[in-house]
Amino acid sequence: MSILAIQVLNSLFYASVLFLIAAGLSLIFGVMRIVNLAHGSLFAIGAYIAAWLVGRAIGLGVPVVWALLVIPIAAVAVALIGIVIEPLLLRPFYRRAEEYQLLVTFGLLLILEDLMRLVWGGLPLTADTVMDALPVVHIGGLVYPGYNILVIGIGIVAAVALWFLIYETKFGVLLRATSQDRRMAAALGLNVGLVYVAAFAIGCFMAGLGGAIVVPSHAAVLGMGVEALVLAFVVVVVGGLGSLKGALVGALIVSFVRTAGIQFFPEVELAVLYLIAAVVLIARPTGLFGTA
Amino acid sequence: MKAAAIALPRSQTGLWPYAAAALGVAVLAAVPEFVGLYQTQLLTYGLIMAIAALGFNLLLGYTGLLSFGHSAYFGLGAYTVAFLLQWLGIHSMEFYILLGLPVATIVSALFGYICVRHTRIFFGILTLALSQVLYSLALKFFWVTGGTDGLRVPRPTLLAGMIDFAGSGGFPRFIRSYYYYVLGVFVLSAAIMWVIVHSPFGKALQAIRDNEIRARFLGLRIRRFRWAAFLLSGTFTALAGILWVPLNGLTTPDVLYWPFSGEIVFMTLLGGFRNFSGPIVGGIVFTFLKTYAVASTEYWQLLLGSVLVVLILLLPTGIVGALSQLAKRVWATREGRT
Amino acid sequence: MSLLRTVELRKRFGALNACDGVNFAVEKGEFLSLVGSNGAGKTTLVNLITAHLEPDSGRILFEDRDITGLSVSQRIKAGIARSFQLVNLFDGLSVFDNVALAIFARDGKTAKIATLAANDDDVRRETREVLAEFGLAAKGELSAGELAQGERKLLDVAVAYALRPNLLFLDEPTSGVSSAEKAQIMDTVSSVVRSGAVTAVVIEHDMDVVFRYSDRIVMMHEGAFLADGPPDAIRANEAVASILLGISSPA
Repeated sequence: MSILAIQVLNSLFYASVLFLIAAGLSLIFGVMRIVNLAHGSLFAIGAYIAAWLVGRAIGLGVPVVWALLVIPIAAVAVALIGIVIEPLLLRPFYRRAEEYQLLVTFGLLLILEDLMRLVWGGLPLTADTVMDALPVVHIGGLVYPGYNILVIGIGIVAAVALWFLIYETKFGVLLRATSQDRRMAAALGLNVGLVYVAAFAIGCFMAGLGGAIVVPSHAAVLGMGVEALVLAFVVVVVGGLGSLKGALVGALIVSFVRTAGIQFFPEVELAVLYLIAAVVLIARPTGLFGTA
Repeated sequence: MKAAAIALPRSQTGLWPYAAAALGVAVLAAVPEFVGLYQTQLLTYGLIMAIAALGFNLLLGYTGLLSFGHSAYFGLGAYTVAFLLQWLGIHSMEFYILLGLPVATIVSALFGYICVRHTRIFFGILTLALSQVLYSLALKFFWVTGGTDGLRVPRPTLLAGMIDFAGSGGFPRFIRSYYYYVLGVFVLSAAIMWVIVHSPFGKALQAIRDNEIRARFLGLRIRRFRWAAFLLSGTFTALAGILWVPLNGLTTPDVLYWPFSGEIVFMTLLGGFRNFSGPIVGGIVFTFLKTYAVASTEYWQLLLGSVLVVLILLLPTGIVGALSQLAKRVWATREGRT
Repeated sequence: MSLLRTVELRKRFGALNACDGVNFAVEKGEFLSLVGSNGAGKTTLVNLITAHLEPDSGRILFEDRDITGLSVSQRIKAGIARSFQLVNLFDGLSVFDNVALAIFARDGKTAKIATLAANDDDVRRETREVLAEFGLAAKGELSAGELAQGERKLLDVAVAYALRPNLLFLDEPTSGVSSAEKAQIMDTVSSVVRSGAVTAVVIEHDMDVVFRYSDRIVMMHEGAFLADGPPDAIRANEAVASILLGISSPA
């Protein structure tokens, strides 16, 4: 029984991270109609920045629990990177065909992957001191890291905050208006350019946050972004692109299937995920809650 | 009015493509006489990628579908060769091609059936996801596929076993002979692709690309055409994979990983996806570009990524597209003068 | 027997009654204009007949055959074709190829993959004929995207005509062009259609055009037929006149 509880908690942990990445991807697509292939790389940058900051903080003698603050800082840093990227690399291509936009983000992916190598080198960067500093929880006869529970909590808070932002604030109205009809929004006097930058920044924040919260548990390694992107795709394929609810449901489904897969079919665990995506797409072409 | 100045009457360019092609083939045939083994080998890789890009562009340039999963077919071709060697002891290049292509056709038919029910973004994502299925299978079933170590494929025999490369001096002989072999296959496949895109079927594909609704109102079954294009496209790209692995000597899961699909897209855009010869030029140029990038800096991805971004910004129609626009402008001013 | 008949055709879009039990008959060989204000249901009716939309209820009979359940391609095979209000062409193909493709599609030749399209002499000959009839012979090698608007409208009709339908629906073939061009377009279209013995139904807003070229005029209003008759009868109809004052648009 306690093993089951641990599996469930692991799935929820994984789902929190996936949700953050996928929600960011979906938000960017929903508002800007761009699929950002470099989104996974931004997730990776969040992980690297967080791990690096943790290392520096510890080196400066900061108490480890304070090092938790690194998480939001890293997320904000990635958002700032996004604010630089959008006008520089994305804006020149809005009027172009979709194929070009996709390719620009692929070029961005190549650039970011090597920038990470340039800055942080080829060795993994860890932050497990943060994880070790938090107390463990006892479930049945087993111990479970309290940090993971914290991550699940962060995931829930993020989902609620995002939902609130999109559906209950004035800014959310702007986002939704722009995503539904960009020209109409502009005709109504909305500064579409500003909305785009803001949406992209929020999306990057989510990706960075996902990286920052995962890194105490999984070290930052080169190539993690490229892998994460595919998983994010599976999530939005299942849940539907452009939908917050879809990102949440998709993340949960993918996580639980993955956990079950690792448990029962370890050889084909990844393939099972992709096949699920294909099956969902056959049945519901736009995903469960898709708006595309 | 724009019409008269820009339009290049097609009948006048009628012979140009054939003359240019003949010239190109002659140049390619002469190359090994003038350059060293390494360059010949590199150009062989270039021609192989040209075949892959030609196949890919049937879907993108002519049918309007952007696939981000073509690494699947390339890798499928490569691994099928490795399996044919390992399980059936086959060494003949002809058998690799004859047996490898049907495998790829079947898989592309299956994947295509799943993918063509969707368009645009979802089509792209789905192709990516399906290629990742193959990638993860190649990784996980390591006792069959060799996992990350991959599978080795030594030099094959050419022309139904008549030519083999054992013994001393085998390597240079192999490189030179294999170049001509690949060149032959390349010319044949380019010719086939040329006929396909200029056939009534090819025209129908382009119509569907341009205006799906109107095509439907001509009575065309959209999904069926897209599926057929997908099939052909996958088969062509698999041919490239089949030719690639004996030259590389080894196949690993990298060749199924999705960034490799991105490279195929990259090289097609580099050459220009709106022209027939664009993918050919792009495949060759990209091969050289990447090789020199990798050789000159550890951060070659940064270099290539920047090149890609600049390319899309400045040369959206690719090398061939830009050249042909230039040619049209030169032609137009000459017309204007007379 | 009417060439086409609809029986109690209905289509609602939410609260909007686009087709309210329409009983429409088209006789063989006539040149019929379908008029009415925006939203009267004209395009919806054409969409229903050409299978672009599915009716809520009612039947469509073509040559006394029930075609209500047939798909787009099946109706085209039966002999119904249409052109579009917003020009719908294959901009990446040449003018020649646009028409040739319609012929290839009609003759079931689009599966041919091992022969060059340029080698099919029958198709090329017929394409040249159609282009000549529509006055586009000189523009064959241009890409469809390069034509002027009036020529694009003509090409749109030519592509549908090349399917050699028995019944041709033209959705506002003169919209978006200057009045001089309108006359040109309608002259061409009506002479080609009549000499080819094709029955034509034209959706039009320009009443001058309508009165000049039609054998019969049908006026729709809020999903139903308001008037139906030859131009003289329509001109004399008072109920029609009041509506006409509203919809007769300056060319």
